[in-house]
Amino acid sequence: MPGLPPHNTAVKAEDGPALDDLFADDDKPKLPSAEATLATMSDLSNPFVMLTYYRRCFPFKQLFLWLNHGQVPTRQFTHREFAMNLPNDVYIRYNSYANAEEMKKDVVRLNPARFEIGPVYSGRPKDKKVLMKNAFKPLLRELVFDIDMTDYDSIRTCCKDKAMCKRCWRFISMAVKVLDETLRNDFGFNHLLWVYSGRRGIHCWVSDPAALALSDDQRRAIVNYIEVIKGGAKQDKKVNLPRPLHPSMLRALETLNNYFPRVVLEDQDCFKDPEQWETILALLPDRKHAEELKKEFEATPSKASAERWKSLLQIKASNELTLRKHRDFVEDIKLQYTYPRIDTEVSKKLNHLLKSPFCIHPGTGRVCVPLLASQVESFDPSAVPTVGQLLMELEELARSGGSVGNGGVDDKTGWEKTSLRPYVELFEKYVEGLVKEGVRGRKEEKAESMEF
Amino acid sequence: MYAGGRQSTSNRNLATAANGSSSAAVAEVSRHAPPRSGKFPHRLNFYEQPPTEEITVEQFEEWAIDRLRLLADIESAQARNKSFEEIKVIVGERAKMYMPLSSDTARSVDVEAERKKDQYSHFVLRLAFCRSEELRARFLKVETTLFRIRFETDDLTERRRFVDSLNFGWDVVGQQEKQELRAQLAAAMRLRDEDKLGAESFFKVDWTQVTDLVSQRKVFLRAGKAYVPSKEELSLVLAEFQNRLYRGLEMTAKALPRLDEDQRLLPVLEHLSMGFQAGITSEYVFSTTGDGEEITAEMVPDLARQSFPMCMRSLEDTLRGSKHLKHEGRQQYNLFLKGIGLSVEEAIVFWRKAFKLITDDAFNKNYKYNIRHGYGLEGSRKNYSPKSCQQIITGATPGPGQAHGCPFRHYSEANLTSSLLTTYGLSGSDTKDIVSAVKSSHYHLACTRLFEIQHAKLGVAKGEGLGKGDSVDHPNRYFDRSRALYKEQREKETSEEGKVKKEEAMDIDG
Ligand SMILES: [Zn+2]
Repeated sequence: MPGLPPHNTAVKAEDGPALDDLFADDDKPKLPSAEATLATMSDLSNPFVMLTYYRRCFPFKQLFLWLNHGQVPTRQFTHREFAMNLPNDVYIRYNSYANAEEMKKDVVRLNPARFEIGPVYSGRPKDKKVLMKNAFKPLLRELVFDIDMTDYDSIRTCCKDKAMCKRCWRFISMAVKVLDETLRNDFGFNHLLWVYSGRRGIHCWVSDPAALALSDDQRRAIVNYIEVIKGGAKQDKKVNLPRPLHPSMLRALETLNNYFPRVVLEDQDCFKDPEQWETILALLPDRKHAEELKKEFEATPSKASAERWKSLLQIKASNELTLRKHRDFVEDIKLQYTYPRIDTEVSKKLNHLLKSPFCIHPGTGRVCVPLLASQVESFDPSAVPTVGQLLMELEELARSGGSVGNGGVDDKTGWEKTSLRPYVELFEKYVEGLVKEGVRGRKEEKAESMEF
Repeated sequence: MYAGGRQSTSNRNLATAANGSSSAAVAEVSRHAPPRSGKFPHRLNFYEQPPTEEITVEQFEEWAIDRLRLLADIESAQARNKSFEEIKVIVGERAKMYMPLSSDTARSVDVEAERKKDQYSHFVLRLAFCRSEELRARFLKVETTLFRIRFETDDLTERRRFVDSLNFGWDVVGQQEKQELRAQLAAAMRLRDEDKLGAESFFKVDWTQVTDLVSQRKVFLRAGKAYVPSKEELSLVLAEFQNRLYRGLEMTAKALPRLDEDQRLLPVLEHLSMGFQAGITSEYVFSTTGDGEEITAEMVPDLARQSFPMCMRSLEDTLRGSKHLKHEGRQQYNLFLKGIGLSVEEAIVFWRKAFKLITDDAFNKNYKYNIRHGYGLEGSRKNYSPKSCQQIITGATPGPGQAHGCPFRHYSEANLTSSLLTTYGLSGSDTKDIVSAVKSSHYHLACTRLFEIQHAKLGVAKGEGLGKGDSVDHPNRYFDRSRALYKEQREKETSEEGKVKKEEAMDIDG
């Protein structure tokens, strides 16, 4: 029987595939007790938790539409690879499904910790073994980007490693802003979905037909065009741009100028400690200027970053070349501290796999929720619902005698009555735009082929 | 130029290799000095016009091979990560020898003959390399590099004339738009001073056409369009060259099944594509005489029993049985025999004797050429190499009546088991070992196991493989190792004989 036992008496068995069918034997996973608590509902090692989430909350229908760009299943969905990450590090690749129902059934059957989305192949991924090598090639794939807070560890001061707070998130906000502008203005892409990765990062999925069809070479070109921050932790100067700056860099700089004082100077206080400002002074082109600043900074150990930055901006030189070099240096530093740091490998390959939206982050239990670039600044990662919260909401609903739905693929009562609702609705609205354009595109194609 | 009768090849074949469009590249009347050649007004060529004159089969092949040398140089240099500048030097040197291509200003050179050779050889290779997607992609890549080398070394005035003649119809950015975007266009060109833009004109193309410029942030982008300054024209020209050649190759591939009017060309084309494929994929370097053991045609059957891997043994047996081998089989076997040290003269003797049902005349006409060709490109580094296991395993699957391929890969289980029994007397656990390796697609291991069994009497133990546990990756390595083992054995025998004699002598003495 579906729902959360033992409060599911209102639901009839014929309303959907009963959970009992899936776990017919006696050792089926059970919640520890009738008094389900947030703690028990958040315990990801209990298979029942993820199972209930997939059955009741996960928006399969919407995910299908997003990948398929239309109601009728096409190769864009049926030939798409899904890779399942099962608990205990078992990884099952090359799953594919005829439609959302079939997918939901299989996800419920396998009950993965999370799953990833790969490219559309020339053949059905599940038939890979029986297909000739030539008949199985990746053809289409969203252009994706991955921004992870770990790449900011050398510049953020508020948190370390896996931790993440609202202040760190502002680095992500800046990155999203700049990437969004670049992808739209420069490359002409329109369908950009941003997805919180559940802990300390964000993914971007570009679903324009032109983006899906990009070759590896073209993806690499985009990455090279965007990538500015280079060099590992050992390298101090991470920005080396030819002058004058390319228009896209100028635009990025203009955008980032609005964030730099607040995020880098105030929030993060990036130039407070000696090892931090020493890095910067080492990059200063005018050595004499650097020496003076060093003395000044050493004499004022408690001075705030904003003050230090002010001193740094002042340069007494009169010759044009020195001034220009200094100006370039200031720009480089700003970019080094604010420009998006992307995980380039993720974006370069057509057949890269990336975690699906609405999966649960195994470390935090948070849902990987979608958001739009315009919302990123006000987005609060700590307010994103966790799977435990969602299940508790359903539990309380059931306790109070409300309808808990049938758990079918069109069943909206699951997510609709939880705090996941605004995120699914946002996703639905976004997908609607994509589907509309897909319909238009197909009509035009048809018209053209008729003429021919 | 024209050799009529039997020797000439119909230009209709080469017309097939054109991309169908016959509109472009008509010699335009120039205001400048008249071009040196009326037929080929430009040194550079987009190869849109198929050749129209008859050439001899010899020219057909020679010219193509000369071009192939340049392309193979490019490909092997690229595989070794040489920079474009380095490749330019290598190819420049090689071109002087085999395929010079001079500008109009060159003195005492028959530019028309040079350009004709360039055009014909390109179209011949198009026919040879259009057959598979992989070959097309490789051909496209090397031809584009060759074009780029020539473009960069072309005389500036002549190059201008050439590009203008192509009428690309690129979207030119209008004065007003250029004015509006002055600042961005200048910045993208890394000009500090907008005024330096001056008369520079810009083309507007999809950014995907100029990925190299996008990669380096050398163009201004807006809404998916790249604004390419005319000084970056090379990128556009190359993209255009590549696009057109890509389409051309696809059309040639579609038209190819109709190309059956001249049977003599097919073996040439196949050898050409094989030479290209074998060029850098096989790392096997064969030495014709390992230990001074000269191999003659008469020795082949015995060697086959002793030392050939199963694939070659099967070709030998088929050849003995049916007195014939089909084309792929001949290719595979001929190169292998070359690899074991059979000279071209001996190879001709060998094949002549083996094809018992065929007259001398038919043999000379249809087969001698193939055999000689397998030994072709003599003295060059780019010799046709014997096929490696990988090439054999991934190559064309043998159809009915064909004996090429890898028995472990291409035989059915029943067929393999019975062959192992009849040919090698294998049964029981040995067969089981081999079959189970085959079942898990480890064809190399199956072959290696057979090697061990076949050479157990020479002291090869299970797991030892070709020595130190090496597995078989090339039929000729199988053979070489086997010969080395026999040689060791012979040496051991002679030295033991000597020892015995010595002992006997001592006995007598004592
Ligand atoms: Zn933080």
